[in-house]
Amino acid sequence: MIISKKKPFEEVAEDLEGLSRIVILGCGECATATRTGGPEEVAEMKAKLEELGKSVVFTEIVHTGCHELDVKRILRQAKDQVGDADGFLILSCGAGTQAARAATDKRVIPGCDPLFLGNIQRSMDFMEKCSHCGACIIDDTGAICPITRCAKGLVNGPCGGTSHGKCEIDPNMDCAWTLIFAQLKREGREDKMTKINPPKDWNVIRHPAELMDRGPDKQKMGKEV
Amino acid sequence: MGTYRDACKSGQFVVSGEVGPPKGTNVARMLHDIDLLKDKCDGLNVTDNQSAVMRLGSLAVSAEIVRRGGDPIFQTTCRDRNRLGLQSDLLSASFCGITNVLCLTGDHPVVGDHKQAKSVFDFDSVHLIQCCKKMNAGTDWEGNALDGGTDFFVGAVVTPEADPLEPQMYKFACKVEAGADFFQTQAVYDMDNFQRFMEQAREIYAGTDVKMMAGLVVLTGLGMAKYMNRAVPGIFVPDALLEELGSVAKEDQIKKGMEIAARHIAFLRDNKVCDGVHVMAIGKEEIIPEILDMAGVVR
Repeated sequence: MIISKKKPFEEVAEDLEGLSRIVILGCGECATATRTGGPEEVAEMKAKLEELGKSVVFTEIVHTGCHELDVKRILRQAKDQVGDADGFLILSCGAGTQAARAATDKRVIPGCDPLFLGNIQRSMDFMEKCSHCGACIIDDTGAICPITRCAKGLVNGPCGGTSHGKCEIDPNMDCAWTLIFAQLKREGREDKMTKINPPKDWNVIRHPAELMDRGPDKQKMGKEV
Repeated sequence: MGTYRDACKSGQFVVSGEVGPPKGTNVARMLHDIDLLKDKCDGLNVTDNQSAVMRLGSLAVSAEIVRRGGDPIFQTTCRDRNRLGLQSDLLSASFCGITNVLCLTGDHPVVGDHKQAKSVFDFDSVHLIQCCKKMNAGTDWEGNALDGGTDFFVGAVVTPEADPLEPQMYKFACKVEAGADFFQTQAVYDMDNFQRFMEQAREIYAGTDVKMMAGLVVLTGLGMAKYMNRAVPGIFVPDALLEELGSVAKEDQIKKGMEIAARHIAFLRDNKVCDGVHVMAIGKEEIIPEILDMAGVVR
């Protein structure tokens, strides 16, 4: 799940200055779950913009906001309403905002700040556990990712900043390597701690990453391109 | 004066000091400290943006120590440079006559004075040790031949009072395997704990030429000692030392802290607990020579 937070309304209002006919798009997936771009948030934003004297000409919750074909289809079907819009406000992550970018040449404005790929621990309680580093190593780290959960992304054990099993940057945050060691011990695999892991190959996920997989002959990703 | 490496190989009890580059270009005090300590210690550490606070660089200051006839121990962290930057600086260090490198992870930017900075940590400290060894063997990290290799004496750190200790000892083992020649520990104050740590450490580095230096940060007062206990990860000042510091008037506590440091140096040396000490007096370097005198360290 992509975790985002709402931008302060003042910032959104400032971005919309000079624009009067607004389209608001939400997202039925992550933005709905994080309550940043679901039906309630879109309706709330519509009301606030109308209070500012703007005309909200069209709203929709795109089923999957980052699905560019979905966004294009919706805007095409609503071309009578969106045809004379001058601003598209997107309540979703940056992927959703840029899916709108791919669907219109007009001004597109982000309504949220995208934060991280998060696990839903319970309702509205999200935690980053994977950071898409391109080559998963957690088979050797007790299925706990040091790239993400260690503040420094260290791959060969803890730094000297561990204090009572917590991280030097936040006394409430677990030291990833304390967790990893405890898990490996439970599994009877502490010997994995003696293995020196190489530094990450960041070229695997150099930006902008792209993957096209339409069968074995047509796959491309990162350095394989 | 011989080199830090020579002192380590000689089997004598090794003493290193430390210089913290200033935040700015006013180097008078630092140069004074260097001149004061360079002949009293076998080597002088130079910190690298210590505590993630931006300062004058450790490479330039290490080079200055070489020019002044001392032997610097160039501290290098993985926080601020990727593998290109680190290796380039290592070549620059070699060019400047620097031969001792201390490989560190580095504190996170969030604990320093540029909290919004992007941290790097492309390499970790284990990779940095491996990299120095590769450069000593004449290649860069990727295995490309260097037109002239390096000859570094490669150091690393370990935290004897880490909590939990077990994962720290596994990391220590990785650093030994990566080829570290010497270790300087995080500051230790409990000599019993340190002896127990050394027993474990010896089992790990048995059969190697690894040299172990106990880190000693001089306690300059009861307040400072309590602060170290409370706020610095991996540091434990036992109650007995707090009481000892508190037993004298505030203005005499620094003297007491110096006595404690001198006593620990003598204890570690006379009982052959480890191969040397790394003495730090963060911001009060002028007291180091007297501590070494009190401990009977003669150079």
